[in-house]
Amino acid sequence: MSASEGDALARSTADAVARRSYGKLVAFLSTRTRDVAAAEDALADAFAAALADWPVNGCPSKPEAWLLTVARRKMIDGSRRRRTGELAANDLAVLYEGMQAAVDEGTEIPDQRLALLFACAHPAIEEGIRAPLMLQVVLGLDAATIASAFLMSPDAMRQRLVRAKNKIRQAGIPFRVPEAGELRPRLDAVLDAIYAAFAEGWADAVGTDVARRDLAEEALFLGRLVTELLPEEPEALGLLGLMLHAEARRRARRGANGEYVPFAEQDIERWDRRMIDEAEAVLLRASRLGAVGRYQLEGAIQSAHVHRRMKGVANWDTVVVLYDALFSMSFSPVVAINRALAIAELRGERAALAALGEIEDDPRLTQYQPYWAARAELLARTGERDEALRSYDIAIGLERDPAVRTYLQKKRAGVGAEAAG
Amino acid sequence: MQYLLLLYANESDWDKLTPAQQEQGVAAYEAYRQALKEAGALVGANRLQNASSATTVRIKDGKTQVLNGPYADSREQLGGYFLIEAPDLDAALSWAARCPGASHGTVEVRPLWSM
Repeated sequence: MSASEGDALARSTADAVARRSYGKLVAFLSTRTRDVAAAEDALADAFAAALADWPVNGCPSKPEAWLLTVARRKMIDGSRRRRTGELAANDLAVLYEGMQAAVDEGTEIPDQRLALLFACAHPAIEEGIRAPLMLQVVLGLDAATIASAFLMSPDAMRQRLVRAKNKIRQAGIPFRVPEAGELRPRLDAVLDAIYAAFAEGWADAVGTDVARRDLAEEALFLGRLVTELLPEEPEALGLLGLMLHAEARRRARRGANGEYVPFAEQDIERWDRRMIDEAEAVLLRASRLGAVGRYQLEGAIQSAHVHRRMKGVANWDTVVVLYDALFSMSFSPVVAINRALAIAELRGERAALAALGEIEDDPRLTQYQPYWAARAELLARTGERDEALRSYDIAIGLERDPAVRTYLQKKRAGVGAEAAG
Repeated sequence: MQYLLLLYANESDWDKLTPAQQEQGVAAYEAYRQALKEAGALVGANRLQNASSATTVRIKDGKTQVLNGPYADSREQLGGYFLIEAPDLDAALSWAARCPGASHGTVEVRPLWSM
């Protein structure tokens, strides 16, 4: 084997291990010390050492154990250097004690990723940084990639991540899965963070932006992980079902020339049927566990929309009932807008505009594109053209995605032409 | 805080568009302006003539030099700006991402020096 082939093999092995085991290794290295940043640094050093060593000496048979041994040595060295008092000595003791057994050849590294996820989404951690923290700590995404996806400056993201990790260490946030009594509310925070990551990835429909498309995949990975580790939690299954339904339609959201295609006009042949089947199976499993929640309802709504398109049978009454349930459970402008659009199909535009009117004082709506687009659409249908045009203008001005912007401009032009004619 | 959004784009790309496409492009900017205004975030905005119309002036060793063309010759040229009011950088970035210029060029976000 040539040197460059050896390099390539070492790199692909290291990439594969990083993909599969990064979070496991970080979780294992930091569970006792709670020092996530030190664990990440040590692991980064271990990966660098692997890329230098493996091309020369060949890839080890147990690459995870190899990385863990090197990372552990780095952590102990680091801890010795920093030894300024009791804390460092304590770190050392736990490092020795805890890791020896697991690093021995042949022992499976225990999977503590779930505990790590709960630490990242702990109530003491600022809500907005939970999803980025999970993506970095459990999946190893770098701060610049995460920053782009969440539309934040890389420096600000880096600082916030550092602050959050300091908080985990200094505040003594535990790395454990909460007891049965507090599990559900704490799990909701984990699921919300995963969904936030998914939503950021989902916003990039064409997948031109690799970092963001990957984010949807990473979120799906985390969603699956949670359902594997907590198979009896209906909301975790609900979220996975919801994300699978959305992901199944990714390709159909753009036409041949990259133009935006709304749900009602999508070519259902371009939907991923296997993913839809999986989503349906997961949602069915969730419903049998007998505790309805937000994500299951959202998943059920997706399911109803998909059935309507595939079977060609109107089921807006079901959709409105589901939205009513969701609306009573969690008031959010997003839910309110989609509920109003479903009401329009069932009871007409006037009823829908009245439903929208109930929320128009919510200050979050002034900069929320879907609200203005929905309003414009409903007003256009009732013939209130001037108001429709004004709402279209605001919707167009608030849209980030050029394909959606063009779509809205076309709709606006249609209304404008009617007004002139 | 106030932020200046500097819009850089390749001028020749714009010139290659059909009149209908250009009209749509202008309308998108107009809608963006409208949205900024509705949100109370608009302080000022202007579009600039092409970079070829630029002239630079500097005084070196007591001598005035006047040169044709823009300060920096780059693939993308400064084509306009929006001056906005935003509570923080994250809010300014979210406005920058909605700017049509972000999809066909680059938007530089600079906080103003507060006096």
